[in-house]
Amino acid sequence: MATLAQIHGTPEAGEEVNYLNVEHGWKSWLFTTDHKRIAVLYIISITLMFFVGGAMAVLFRIHLLSPEGLFPPEIYNRLFSMHGIVMVFFFLVPSIPATLANFLIPIMIGAKDLAFPRINLLSWYIYIVGALFTLYAVIRGGVDTGWTFYAPYSSTYSNSYVLAAAFGIFIAGFSSILTGLNFIVTVHKMRAPGMTWSRLPLFVWSNYATGLIQVLGTPVIAITLLLLAFERIARVGIFDPNIGGDPILFQHLFWFYSHPAVYIMILPGMGVISEIVSCFSHKRVFGYNFVAFSSMAIAVLSFVVWGHHMFVTGESMYASITFSVLSMMVAVPSAIKVFNWTATMYKGSVSFDTPMLYAFGFIGLFTIGGLTGLYLATLATDIATHGTYFVVAHFHYVMVGGMVMAFMGGLHFWWPKITGRMYSEPWSKFSALLVFAGFNLTFFPQFILGYLGMPRRYATYPPEFQVLNVLSTAGASILGLGYVIPMIYFFHSLKYGPKAGPNPWEAKGLEWTTQSPPTTFNFDVTPVVMEEAYNYGPVEEIVG
Amino acid sequence: MADALTTTTAHTDLEVAAATNLRHHFATPQQQFDSAMLGMWTFLITEVLFFGGMFTSYVVYRSIYPEAFASTSQYMNVALGGTNTAVLICSSLSMAMAVRSAQLSKYRAVVISLILTMIFGTTFLVIKYFEYHDKWVEGLVPGLKFDVAHYHAPQWAHQAQILFFLYFAMTGMHALHMIVGLGLLTYLLVMAVRRRFNSAYYTPVEMIGLYWHFVDIVWIFLFPLLYLIGDRG
Repeated sequence: MATLAQIHGTPEAGEEVNYLNVEHGWKSWLFTTDHKRIAVLYIISITLMFFVGGAMAVLFRIHLLSPEGLFPPEIYNRLFSMHGIVMVFFFLVPSIPATLANFLIPIMIGAKDLAFPRINLLSWYIYIVGALFTLYAVIRGGVDTGWTFYAPYSSTYSNSYVLAAAFGIFIAGFSSILTGLNFIVTVHKMRAPGMTWSRLPLFVWSNYATGLIQVLGTPVIAITLLLLAFERIARVGIFDPNIGGDPILFQHLFWFYSHPAVYIMILPGMGVISEIVSCFSHKRVFGYNFVAFSSMAIAVLSFVVWGHHMFVTGESMYASITFSVLSMMVAVPSAIKVFNWTATMYKGSVSFDTPMLYAFGFIGLFTIGGLTGLYLATLATDIATHGTYFVVAHFHYVMVGGMVMAFMGGLHFWWPKITGRMYSEPWSKFSALLVFAGFNLTFFPQFILGYLGMPRRYATYPPEFQVLNVLSTAGASILGLGYVIPMIYFFHSLKYGPKAGPNPWEAKGLEWTTQSPPTTFNFDVTPVVMEEAYNYGPVEEIVG
Repeated sequence: MADALTTTTAHTDLEVAAATNLRHHFATPQQQFDSAMLGMWTFLITEVLFFGGMFTSYVVYRSIYPEAFASTSQYMNVALGGTNTAVLICSSLSMAMAVRSAQLSKYRAVVISLILTMIFGTTFLVIKYFEYHDKWVEGLVPGLKFDVAHYHAPQWAHQAQILFFLYFAMTGMHALHMIVGLGLLTYLLVMAVRRRFNSAYYTPVEMIGLYWHFVDIVWIFLFPLLYLIGDRG
């Protein structure tokens, strides 16, 4: 890659004006309306939250090294609850949309900015306020309800800082809504001449679908948490069975958002993988239309499957059967994506750069995570595995093995575009392998633990489960190392990395036609799009 | 924004841009207007889902406790609620007149229509205040002050409180939207007095108009669902 960078790097690159050096000082960042700067602000914020959530995971993985544990159960409950809350609402949901997509969507469609730049900045401030509320809850002692806040425990009985955490999520939800709204309008109205819907990069398609879910789902969690807060403050409400309320209604409302939210978390990752696989196979994405519309299909189906979280909660049998069938239908568009990525690589000119390693990791791990999802969508097996570590392993395979892999892959893929610098290729490959190995060692034993019947959220376990728990903790430490090393070489690259040039990967797409890092308005002249997305030449010509 | 424009546009384009408040990242005023409208409609969809959570709760509990809900609904003041419905419909009319006047560059008519809309909106909130006040005096506020002894059917005390909880949550959230709307109308009024809106640029009037109509429509659903389901025979 270094040779490519030298070919494309312009001699006077040091003097180029770009979005990073056009203005200096904290005001130029905190009052910016440039989508690229806001994306950088988001990258810094969510990385901090990722390490806060990760620190809690480290603590409770150490706790689970032995059945006796390290902390009293009350502390353990708070650790895993806050881990889930911080990771889901403050890392996974904004992870790719607010960072990579915020940075890339306007450039990919040939626009100067998102449709509403000031709303974009507002969304970051809202996110920060929400995060501060949640961190306040953490500092005061955390929440012990689990990340799901099930009533009436959260509304009536819990003695932890439910209100602060719930309010933080309520606020952060509006940040997510505004991001989604901005993307929808931008994709509809801001495309450059010639950038038709069928020429949109698949990353844009998947984030458009994500935007739809954010806009339609998030308001429901907002009102649900508000009702929960009323109930907790005024000791009256609609979820407490003691006064005629129905706690299952809370679960319906909660999962009406929180299941689609799973697709808010994974769909942008799928978009990243489409870009990476195409670039490093030097081939057009196989079945572009199918991949694009599978994102939309996932967005639609995501709203009709929430009941699969409630098979053992007291849902009617017919509702359960319906939700089971609908849940299995989500596997179809997901499988279309996996098969089409594989078909894209077939007879392509595949190169094994770091982003591609993460993409390989994503495809394999997401497949395992998706297929185990089918076990859980099956009524009979779900009764055995519900509330066990099998579920924990399943969603970590999708969320960490899928989404975090995609986020890391995307960060490595577009890092040269964002910063203008290349990072250390050997170190990045090494840490990609560490993440893959550490991840599997952490979570595969949890499939077995869950299959054997170890329930989730318990502070202790029978002694015969210790070996698998120790393996899992050992894997977590490798995984943690795999996340820390990139922090080091990314920082190092900012100063010492070689100049990347506009297109270090020889990739297609408008974002690679502008300089790295781009100027504030992305393009000197609004581009006119004349070709399909991923218009890579015949494979033979690229080789060498 | 001015510096961005000078680099890219000729003098006449600049005048068009200034007259239509064209921001740097849009190519044409039409694109900017369309984006603003699509953004507003998308925002209103999120509002539908926000209220949707409460409407869903209402549907669930009304289907579980139909008699209790019907019986409790007689405590709602239909006269005041009906008056408020009429007031809100009038405010929608004056809001629509404001939008149309802005499109036709009728500066005085915009100001008058906006003031009328604000008067109707304030009237609604004042009447709402008296309704809330009555509920408090009668001891019909769930949790804080619910007077079971004076409620006609003590066996439904819990269910009645659920209806009143929904009543306060839904109409309270609606009133909050009205207050926000009045703030937005104040902003519009200041701009209209300064003659900022004309046939070339009326985006804020149209957007806030959409918001105002949405808030009205929420009430159109709330009124029958909360006030008119009772057996009063």
